[in-house]
Amino acid sequence: MIDLGVDLVFQLVQMILVIGLAPLLTGLVRKAKARLLRRRGPPLIQPYLDLVRLARKEAVVAHSASWLFRIVPYLVFAATWIAAALIPTFATGLLFSWSADLIAIIALLGAARFFLALAGLDVGTSFGGLGSSREAMFATLAEPAMIVIVFSLALIAGSTQLSTVAAFMASSAVGVRVTLGMALVALIIVAVAENGRIPVDNPATHLELTMVHEAMILEYSGRHLAVIELASMLKLLLYISLIVCVFTPWGLAIADAGVGDRLLGAGIYVVKLGIAGLVLAVFETSIAKMRVFRVPDFLGAALMLGFLGALLLFVSRSLK
Amino acid sequence: MSALVLLLGCDAALLALSLVATVVARAKRGGDFVYGAAFALSSVQLVGGAYHLIGRHAPLALVLPIGLPWIGANFRLDALSAFFVAVLNLGAAAASFYGLGYGRHERDPERVLPFYPAFLAAMNLVLLADDAYAFLVSWEFMSLASWALVMAHHREPGNLRAGYVYIVMASFGALALLLAFALLAGPAGAYTFGAMRAGVVTPGLAAIVLLLALAGAGSKAGIVPLHVWLPLAHPAAPSHVSALMSGVMTKVAVYGFVRIAFDLLGPPVWWWSLVVLTLGGVTAVMGVLYALMQHDLKRLLAYHTVENIGIIFIGLGLALAFKAFAMPSAAALALTAGLLHVFNHSLFKSLLFFGVGAVLTSTGERDMAHLGGLLNRMPATGFFVLVGCAAISALPPLNGFVSEWLTFQAILLSPMLPSWGLKILVPAVGALLALSAALAAACFVKAFGITFLGRARTGAAERAAETDVFSLTAMAVFATLCLIVGILPGLFIDALAPVVSALVGDRMPMQTGIQWLSIVPIAESRSSYNGLLVFLFIVASASLAAVAIHRLASNVVRRAPAWDCGFPDANPATQYTADSFAEPIRRVFGVFAFRARARVDMPAPGDMRPARLKVAIYDLIWEAIYLPIVGIVGAISIRLNRLQFLTIRQYLSVVFGALVTLLLVLAAWP
Repeated sequence: MIDLGVDLVFQLVQMILVIGLAPLLTGLVRKAKARLLRRRGPPLIQPYLDLVRLARKEAVVAHSASWLFRIVPYLVFAATWIAAALIPTFATGLLFSWSADLIAIIALLGAARFFLALAGLDVGTSFGGLGSSREAMFATLAEPAMIVIVFSLALIAGSTQLSTVAAFMASSAVGVRVTLGMALVALIIVAVAENGRIPVDNPATHLELTMVHEAMILEYSGRHLAVIELASMLKLLLYISLIVCVFTPWGLAIADAGVGDRLLGAGIYVVKLGIAGLVLAVFETSIAKMRVFRVPDFLGAALMLGFLGALLLFVSRSLK
Repeated sequence: MSALVLLLGCDAALLALSLVATVVARAKRGGDFVYGAAFALSSVQLVGGAYHLIGRHAPLALVLPIGLPWIGANFRLDALSAFFVAVLNLGAAAASFYGLGYGRHERDPERVLPFYPAFLAAMNLVLLADDAYAFLVSWEFMSLASWALVMAHHREPGNLRAGYVYIVMASFGALALLLAFALLAGPAGAYTFGAMRAGVVTPGLAAIVLLLALAGAGSKAGIVPLHVWLPLAHPAAPSHVSALMSGVMTKVAVYGFVRIAFDLLGPPVWWWSLVVLTLGGVTAVMGVLYALMQHDLKRLLAYHTVENIGIIFIGLGLALAFKAFAMPSAAALALTAGLLHVFNHSLFKSLLFFGVGAVLTSTGERDMAHLGGLLNRMPATGFFVLVGCAAISALPPLNGFVSEWLTFQAILLSPMLPSWGLKILVPAVGALLALSAALAAACFVKAFGITFLGRARTGAAERAAETDVFSLTAMAVFATLCLIVGILPGLFIDALAPVVSALVGDRMPMQTGIQWLSIVPIAESRSSYNGLLVFLFIVASASLAAVAIHRLASNVVRRAPAWDCGFPDANPATQYTADSFAEPIRRVFGVFAFRARARVDMPAPGDMRPARLKVAIYDLIWEAIYLPIVGIVGAISIRLNRLQFLTIRQYLSVVFGALVTLLLVLAAWP
């Protein structure tokens, strides 16, 4: 019973940790990008201030909007938050880690996107439709790419449970594999596209014909916008955590580790997030945005890489 | 009284009801009577089937002295039949209940009512038949009854062609099944399924039987490239019949395939699964790509049936592969995934057709280009359709996700298969499955978003009103079931255990005893999923966020004109349409799948004529397979046309020549 209590506490800590760190991560990326452009940039805590400011404002809703428009932000946020809470950030084997595996986490993110795309169509403006339709097109390539990456990871670790995968990656049994390299590249491409970062989409622009995510949420304001913004910050954190926990599992507290190990794991996790955020900032600064219809090629490359990796595993199984 | 007698009694009553319906069809409350009685009879059969399945009763058999004199009509109720009887009659009961409301808007009830109970009875009899004769007679009866329903509104443009293509494809399918059963029965004429099960077929013949079964059952189910009739015929029928044809009749076809491939044909050969898996993967992706190009709601749904049949056949193909290599537990997982998807698809597809039927009665439109903004005017229908769209897009925690998740788990077991062909094919099929799931989500964003969201595009959509209470109840029940199967899948997986163990010799581990009602296909360290917890987490955190923000921050809402970057256009024609929504996907996938070409005709500056965008897409399967066949048949019939205008002497010599040739062949036959 005490174990259950401790486990519950750690599960809650994880949920609060991801939601607390997400705006900081976004702030860090923005700050780093600004510094790389020799601007001073907003303070690190600016995203928190933005969220609070937005949440306090009244929400302006279009006349033609339906009830769906007003509940979508909360649904999107909930699905993303649950998905983020299920990723082993600092410890594996958290209390509810078995309630959804990696495929379910991807599907949860798919559900969030499904509803956000619907919200883009809800008001009946051309910008919203534009965002939704492009988002849907990206998703049709990013989701299968993600699933074939899962095939690779699941076959290497013998499980689709993210906790088990991470624990296996942390053990010495794994070694260097070609498939893992392919999966890593593919996963990074998918993560860049899913979070609408440069070169796929530019999170900093408005009123640009190539925008995707911003076009979908154009009609949102006030607290609704705050919740959606928080959800997209969470999504960035989620993808970085996913990459970090699978490909750099050092310092991750394996299931049944003591409280000290878990705290240490949390510290290491924050450092890893920071490094990943800086890498993202450098990557985004050093590359130009691509045309919308180049993105399918970019994502198609991820799909092919992931598929080749999985195929390699399927075929090499018999050689053992 | 045994369950089998009860089921057959209900089917006899349905047939009788069909005769009564010819009399009462024009009566004032004739529709109510027919649909009410069909609802009652289907409900009884649903209970009978579910009772037999869940109670794990031994198979029941019955021989009636009708049909062929020396074998009679054999009927049998085993776990497989019982499962499909339950799925079928759940859909039938809901469709009949829905018909109580929807049927009132029918202009020609005498064209629908007599055939409706007959259609239900025929489908039931296919499931219960235990000899080739009874099976084929019921199968043909099912085809003809549904053909009559497709032709109910034969004056509407396109419906005649739909009926024509349907009857040709149905005849082709029946012919293939006839040949398959003939080969199974062998020269001794062992037409009962019991004798076929006991008989041994040589591997070569077995392969031909399997291909014929795929062609016969596949043409009814909508396997690409035999799917062409389905998107024409399903939309042509009244909506509750469309729901039955898409949600249920395709499942009867799946039953036919499962019965032959897993039960009658004996141990499978591994390469059969290559064929089934390839067809399944191609069907899934092509079905959804076709669906994305549609703007007619019912046709879009019909193409999605094609997609889901592909997903079901992927599960069945994997089960065949595992069974061939004596891996019964993996085969059990794959077969459970396929059969659970059979059930799930019958739920959400019926639900969606009910919803579209409600839209059709309320607005008279099923073209998305003339709809929009219906969620504000039909909130309940909109909500239920949204549940159906989320379920068919395989979003957790609804039911569609569970069966696709199980299929993925089965795919992840396939590296253990010792065959190279399968090792390369299965991951490809897995990628196709993932692709089709993602495309399906895009397609239902389009279908729901353009129809129910945005602003009304026409006056008809503007004046739409909520539909009747019968339709809403039918939709509510199915939407609830979509959620229940999604959050408590273990119950349904366990209910499938007797079916699966009878067909592949093993079952999935018992699910209901597992902690927190999770489902664990193999071992918890490998994979587990808990729809109930995911559902509770989503509800809890969404409400937590909503309450916290409303309490702590702001809960003021101001209604204002749309922002749209400062230039909102009052004309609803400026919204995205179904075609413009699908345009990016068409540019990515349509170029090779449909040879899609867009041509922009932009007038020079100063020129007053309007700019035009012309998009051409081609149905390559129709052009590559069907048009040549149509051409050959046409050419042959023109040649043979001369035979109609011979003199009597010439006819006599033709008859004489034919007789001599036949006798010669008979004499030369070894």
